[in-house]
Amino acid sequence: MQLNKLFAVSVLSLAIMGCESTSTISDESALATNPEGQEDQTQAVDSEGSIDVVTGTQDVQTFDPLLDSKVIYFGYDRTEISPEYKKVLNAHAKYLMANPQASIVFEGHCDERGTVEYNLALGERRANSVKSYLIVQGVNPSQLDSVSFGEERPEIIGSQETDWSKNRRAVINYKTAVANN
Amino acid sequence: MMRVYFWLCLMLLSVSARAELTIEITQGIASSIPISVVPMKWSGAKALPVNLGDIVRSDLERSGHFSVLKPDDMLSHPSQEEDVYFRDWRLLKQEYVVIGEVKLTSADKYQFRYQLFDVFNEREILTQTLTGKVSQFRDIAHRVSDAIYEQLTGIRGAFSTKIAYVTTNSLRTRFNLAIADSDGAREKVVMSSKYSIFSPAWSPDGKRLAYVLLEDTGSKVYVQDLSTGKKQLVSANKGINSAPAFSPDGNKLALVLSKDGNPEIYVVDLATRHWLRVTNHYAIDTEPNWMPDGKHIIFTSGRAGKPQIYRVNIESGYIERLTFEGNYNARARLAQDGRFLVMVHQSAKGEPFHIASMDLTRGLLQILTSDTFLDESPSVSPNGVMVMYAAKYNKRSILAAVSVDGDVKFLVPSKSGDVREPAWGPYLN
Repeated sequence: MQLNKLFAVSVLSLAIMGCESTSTISDESALATNPEGQEDQTQAVDSEGSIDVVTGTQDVQTFDPLLDSKVIYFGYDRTEISPEYKKVLNAHAKYLMANPQASIVFEGHCDERGTVEYNLALGERRANSVKSYLIVQGVNPSQLDSVSFGEERPEIIGSQETDWSKNRRAVINYKTAVANN
Repeated sequence: MMRVYFWLCLMLLSVSARAELTIEITQGIASSIPISVVPMKWSGAKALPVNLGDIVRSDLERSGHFSVLKPDDMLSHPSQEEDVYFRDWRLLKQEYVVIGEVKLTSADKYQFRYQLFDVFNEREILTQTLTGKVSQFRDIAHRVSDAIYEQLTGIRGAFSTKIAYVTTNSLRTRFNLAIADSDGAREKVVMSSKYSIFSPAWSPDGKRLAYVLLEDTGSKVYVQDLSTGKKQLVSANKGINSAPAFSPDGNKLALVLSKDGNPEIYVVDLATRHWLRVTNHYAIDTEPNWMPDGKHIIFTSGRAGKPQIYRVNIESGYIERLTFEGNYNARARLAQDGRFLVMVHQSAKGEPFHIASMDLTRGLLQILTSDTFLDESPSVSPNGVMVMYAAKYNKRSILAAVSVDGDVKFLVPSKSGDVREPAWGPYLN
């Protein structure tokens, strides 16, 4: 019985390990801000950690796969966060609160419609909207920063609604890598 | 070998982000003035490297106010007054005829003399002699166009002015800030970056350009001296630093900063670096542009929910809303001493973005463009007649122009890459 439980925990840990190795946040958002890759803003997560075996009722700390989601999309000319992204943002809030050394830069982006300057301001509002949400969740504001790229760094170059909807976004960009501990 | 590859790559890179602008006239005014510019006489052994007549013809044609006769359709090509047979020109329904001659006066100086005739009254109404080097031929031709245009329309010509714009390759990995003649010729890249460059703004003397560089850490405002090529950082506060606009005296810059939490209009004295905050509202305030009096600034604000144009008195802080018609009015520029507003306009949600003008004395709004898509960044010629703007056309970003009255239209397609953010420069002479 005891052995069975131990086995189950080991399998679970292995499964988590698997998750961890694919969830290294090393990532498109970092590349987007550093196209030349001059500054390393990320660190690789060691994927060869030891297996923790926990006996008894103690919780195993898990890596929340929601932390892999780092893009929040917005409606046209909108800056408020739609409810579907709250789970993702809550996961990041929880992570930041558990890891006070971690910090985020929110990038705000817009689609190409409207003027360049108004969109620069709108992009900042999107980034700040996500930032405020995390502060309300209890994240220390000193862990959060924002930058607007307006319509200048589209995810997709194109002038269809499908392209535009991908470009109206806020990107969560970790200054230090998400570490599983 | 590596070095050769390096230079080759560099050359290809610079080629891919070069624009090479051309002009396609799409609409002129119905009552355009028929004019003939006879090919200029030149007795030299070798052909001149620049055809002065061609440039003058294309300037006048592009203005939309003239219908210009092709040299092949003329009955004769006179260069002396006594060879001008007015009856022939009347037969061709011409109202005005320009003749001229180019002569070499020293080793590298050329003299260009021309005469403008009124065909109906059979008399000379303008004559000028201009002297310069081969490198100044284009300047000479534009000066001639300016003088003819002013003589016949009563409006100062703006052919001798420059335009600034930003070119980019299709992958948007290279951005060039370029200046060129108002007809797109003689393009010169003044700043090249892997970062997006936007909102170029001319100083009133045409010697400096202010612009925004969007670096990885955010937007910053620079002012670049065009003669030295040196750029100076003006603003790199936390948050947005953007939308620069020189004051009419050239001493101050209006710009947008969000260091206090959201975008507000500021004015900085470039010599003393004294900052003045002009607006204070939780909505977006951006895109400042000075009124000619140097005391008022027009700007875009989202304070009514959607962007609209407002005017603020920078001394009293008094704010007045100027636009009420339409879902989206932004990036306003002034034309004709502040009598007209020219801006990006969307009539209702989901409708296309076009360029509109508004007569500020009567409050009448007129949509000027229709053939282009996602029209933005309107910039007015210093004589207040034409508006150059950026638009999508055949899936590319191109420059286009429309007259403030909507009657004249032309496209300025580039041979490669995208062209954005036009800024029409001031008079230089």
